[in-house]
Amino acid sequence: MSPLPHLNTDSLPDAEAQCRQLADLIRPHLHHQPALVGIFSGGAWIAERLKELLDLPEDIGLIDVSFYRDDFAEKGLHPQVKPTVIPFDVEDRHIILVDDVLYTGRTTRAAINELFDYGRPASIELAVLADRAGRELPVAPTYCVWDVALRDGDSLVLAKQDDGQLAWRLENA
Amino acid sequence: MHNPQLNKDGELTHLLSIEGLPQRILTQILDTAESFMEVSARDVKKVPLLRGKSVFNLFFENSTRTRTTFEIAAKRLSADVINLDINKSSASKGETLLDTIDNLVAMHANLFVVRHASSGAPYLIAEHLQRIGRDDVHVVNAGDGRHAHPTQGLLDMYTIRHYKKDFTQLRVAIVGDILHSRVARSDIHALTTLGVPEVRAIGPETLLPKHLDKLGVHVFHDMNEGLKDVDVIIMLRLQNERMNGALLPSAGEYFRHYGLTPQKLALARPDAIVMHPGPMNRGVEIHSAVADGSQAVILPQVTFGIAVRMAVMSIVAGN
Repeated sequence: MSPLPHLNTDSLPDAEAQCRQLADLIRPHLHHQPALVGIFSGGAWIAERLKELLDLPEDIGLIDVSFYRDDFAEKGLHPQVKPTVIPFDVEDRHIILVDDVLYTGRTTRAAINELFDYGRPASIELAVLADRAGRELPVAPTYCVWDVALRDGDSLVLAKQDDGQLAWRLENA
Repeated sequence: MHNPQLNKDGELTHLLSIEGLPQRILTQILDTAESFMEVSARDVKKVPLLRGKSVFNLFFENSTRTRTTFEIAAKRLSADVINLDINKSSASKGETLLDTIDNLVAMHANLFVVRHASSGAPYLIAEHLQRIGRDDVHVVNAGDGRHAHPTQGLLDMYTIRHYKKDFTQLRVAIVGDILHSRVARSDIHALTTLGVPEVRAIGPETLLPKHLDKLGVHVFHDMNEGLKDVDVIIMLRLQNERMNGALLPSAGEYFRHYGLTPQKLALARPDAIVMHPGPMNRGVEIHSAVADGSQAVILPQVTFGIAVRMAVMSIVAGN
């Protein structure tokens, strides 16, 4: 595989269009009646979009993984923890975990652990808008619309703009 | 001024007293506690934050509720909890407090929850830990003498915020033996830090400390005046031992003047809430009809207390 070109601020794709592409990828697989769970904060916004685009009747779940992170010993507790809300029974459900960017895989690991404290799901799939390389755990997305290469120290952040639209921002550490 | 509760980055590393803590830290604790409330409602009431850590409950003074809620909180954070029965321990054989601490640190303690009859004992421990270079070991004050009971103060603030949403429009009355109450002291500091515009202290002159006005507190000796239009009433326990000290004539007379009856409660705002840190003396400071009535939030306070203690322990242990 040839290396992907590095991303520039002026070449960022339209996040709203990517949400529609992600919904198109998931749509053929709705026969399991999957439940959506978004990871705060970007994943929660995308999961809201997917619920509308896929016309799912059920409320989405929201996960803040702060209590399950593996870097608590180094970084301490995140100063702004949001309550996790899972409005359905996890036991035997097919769940689609939604996040904005898949990077090291550690957030996904934490979210899966947290979900299991609510019950034993039938399956968990992972839907993301962007997959940047740099995995530190054996985690792969089930649905992904954008493979992206970033320079070390750069990070891709999904933001909600004043008009409510989702948009990518490139941040340099 | 050096604040032994904060590290060099201004983060909470021990919880010793609410006095001297900035509003942002109190708000961070209350917000974090809100997320922990949800954990206690799950099938698996546990998160892995303090897995592998050891929490030592050091209660040099008796307490059932506070010790139990700290123990539950630590267990829900997946910590190992060791309860030391101090009356049966080396302290009764003459070991000093700091020697006890050194021994427990040698057993790899990560967090001490301390209740002590002497004001300042938790400070002494925190300063000792700093002196011996153990900034990875944390102290939470679970009540020291007449000085402070910060987690009770914080759970009271959580309760008020839960029912009243906003601190900046409230009248709050604290009623009873404020002189001997570490809860009252912690509540007053927390209420003023969080922006409550009017804090009232109601009680007989013998049970109110001097100079309360310097803390911005309005003093009332007549309960009928003091309760007028308040949003929150915090009743304090009348400690029976005060009866012996000639501070009060009798429990019956105290109840007549300062006991919270339905008639007196009617002077407060109709949506006022009634709080009590427990244990209650029914018929001494509170009438059963009030304690069991629709405005009492005394049992929710206990539930909130677990989430607040989870928040405090996980924040200090991470800093």
